[in-house]
Amino acid sequence: MNKFIWLLVVVLLIAHQDFWYWNDDTLVFGFIPIGLFYHACISLAAGLFWFGVCTFAWPKDLEEDFDTDSASQEAH
Amino acid sequence: METLLFAQVSAGLIRLVIIGLYLLSLLLLGYFASRMFSGTKKDYLLASHSIGPFLLLMSIFGTTMTAFALVGSSGEAFKAGIGVYGMLASSSGIIHSLCFFVIGVKIYGYGRKYGYATQCQFFRDRLESDLVGLLLFPILVALVIPYLLIGVMSGGIVIEAMTGGALPSLFPAEGPTNGALPRWLGSAVVCAVVLTYVFFGGMRGTAWANAFQTIVFMVLGVVTFYVLANEIGKGDTFFESLKNASAKVDISHTTRVNMSPTKFFTYMLIPFSVGMFPHLFQHWLTAKSAKSFKLPVVMHPIFIMIVWVPCVLIGIWGTVAMADPSIIPPPVAKVLSGPGGANKILPILVKLKTDAWLGGLLTAGILAAIMSSLDSQFLCIGSMFTNDVVTHYLGKDKFSDKAQVWIARVFIILIVVVTYILAQYQWSVFVLGVWCFSGFAALFPIVFAALYWKRLTSLGAIAGILAAAGSWFYLFRAANYGFDREYALTIPFTESEVMPVVAIFTAAAVAMVVVSLITKPPTEKTLERFFPGDA
Repeated sequence: MNKFIWLLVVVLLIAHQDFWYWNDDTLVFGFIPIGLFYHACISLAAGLFWFGVCTFAWPKDLEEDFDTDSASQEAH
Repeated sequence: METLLFAQVSAGLIRLVIIGLYLLSLLLLGYFASRMFSGTKKDYLLASHSIGPFLLLMSIFGTTMTAFALVGSSGEAFKAGIGVYGMLASSSGIIHSLCFFVIGVKIYGYGRKYGYATQCQFFRDRLESDLVGLLLFPILVALVIPYLLIGVMSGGIVIEAMTGGALPSLFPAEGPTNGALPRWLGSAVVCAVVLTYVFFGGMRGTAWANAFQTIVFMVLGVVTFYVLANEIGKGDTFFESLKNASAKVDISHTTRVNMSPTKFFTYMLIPFSVGMFPHLFQHWLTAKSAKSFKLPVVMHPIFIMIVWVPCVLIGIWGTVAMADPSIIPPPVAKVLSGPGGANKILPILVKLKTDAWLGGLLTAGILAAIMSSLDSQFLCIGSMFTNDVVTHYLGKDKFSDKAQVWIARVFIILIVVVTYILAQYQWSVFVLGVWCFSGFAALFPIVFAALYWKRLTSLGAIAGILAAAGSWFYLFRAANYGFDREYALTIPFTESEVMPVVAIFTAAAVAMVVVSLITKPPTEKTLERFFPGDA
């Protein structure tokens, strides 16, 4: 996994520590507490981020395909 | 009075019939899957590596979402507010997908290349050590048992809570559980149904059942949210009900004022447990190709959001419902404020505020979440025993494929019986979950190093495993074997609290790195197998 992707993972994890909304009781759209809304957005951002990774940075060496029932070497 | 009694009996009976029909449909699914069973061990345990992206997404998601996703999330939100979502859901959205991408796909590749079916096989090969497997097997089984307990117990509790009044002549009792299927019987029925479809359908049946059950609990979760929002908010429109329900929630539940930021931060280590779940390892190996992982990696965080956000909202609205006697009558409110009462908020709201038909369907949805984890865990336990103990030590030529499948089944039954007996005692679902996940998370550095660090040695891994097991047990004991629910470590010279998983994870990682660096590196032959090109 390249360093840029790792960097973005770290950015997501830092964004996850939202101390700025800790005591904020604003209701987004009048019903979702902002702390919950923000974290729902983090989940969406994570989905988008992984979509980007799978689309543009899927490691080529993982593309090796196997026949559905190929006789693979048995483990010990 | 008679009319009221009759209404209660018929509502309980309707819910019981719906639950029964749902369980029957799972058995039918297992039967159809068994018709595709080729008879080989590989087909039984790994579905002959035939699972495509959609089934892989649904089976992985269904497996990782336990009873905790529906019942526990709403219960914790009811007790502590919205912070539970950030603590366990959004962090899991990031880290679970990271584990699927970084660990799952690599494991899949090695599994296909070298024919692994279990974690012990991989570690034995990668670390050139039989001892690693011997050490890991009992630890993994010991950590899976509390995970199984969560499902077996919750199944019994949910069925008992929802079938009150169904069969009063058969199961007479005092209070709201009069006529309900007792907990011991509910747990036994759940175990029997899951065992049956796992036995008949193997991994293919498990994957199909997981996909079916995941769809059931996601759809019914959304329906529950819609119905309960209208019942609690009592607005003229759905949107108005949403606004009414949230407007009355106290600031202690719409913010994280009562939550320790350092504890919140350190909860982030717990989702790393998925990197070492044996049942997930087995699911990864069922994939048709590496590309099948793309859909689960992308959709997993979004699916978590779809399930958890409504549950957390229902949980915080529960505090409003409890203060309103027209929604939750005072005797029921008393149950909710008692020990362990928070976990009952969702079943109680469903029972009080939906009709019997919908209540039955929603109970089926909760059971779906529970059983979609149990099935994979049952199967992986059997797989581990046949591969890591029986054929490894007695020789695989001594047993036909059919005999190995039967050995797996017998061992599964033994473990289920042990779990069932333990489930008859009172355990806290939340505490069991957190301690069990902390143990798996502490083993994450070892699987990560095995895949990405050439210098990892067998002694380093053994030191890491022992440090994880030793520190876990030490802290578990300090937490009064899990009975001290609020147990946390304090950072020296501060008042900041961190989760015990931090100490366990660090101890395992440090021991692994230090011992690896001072012991003999792996052979060139092994490095060439696992790090081709840069050994």
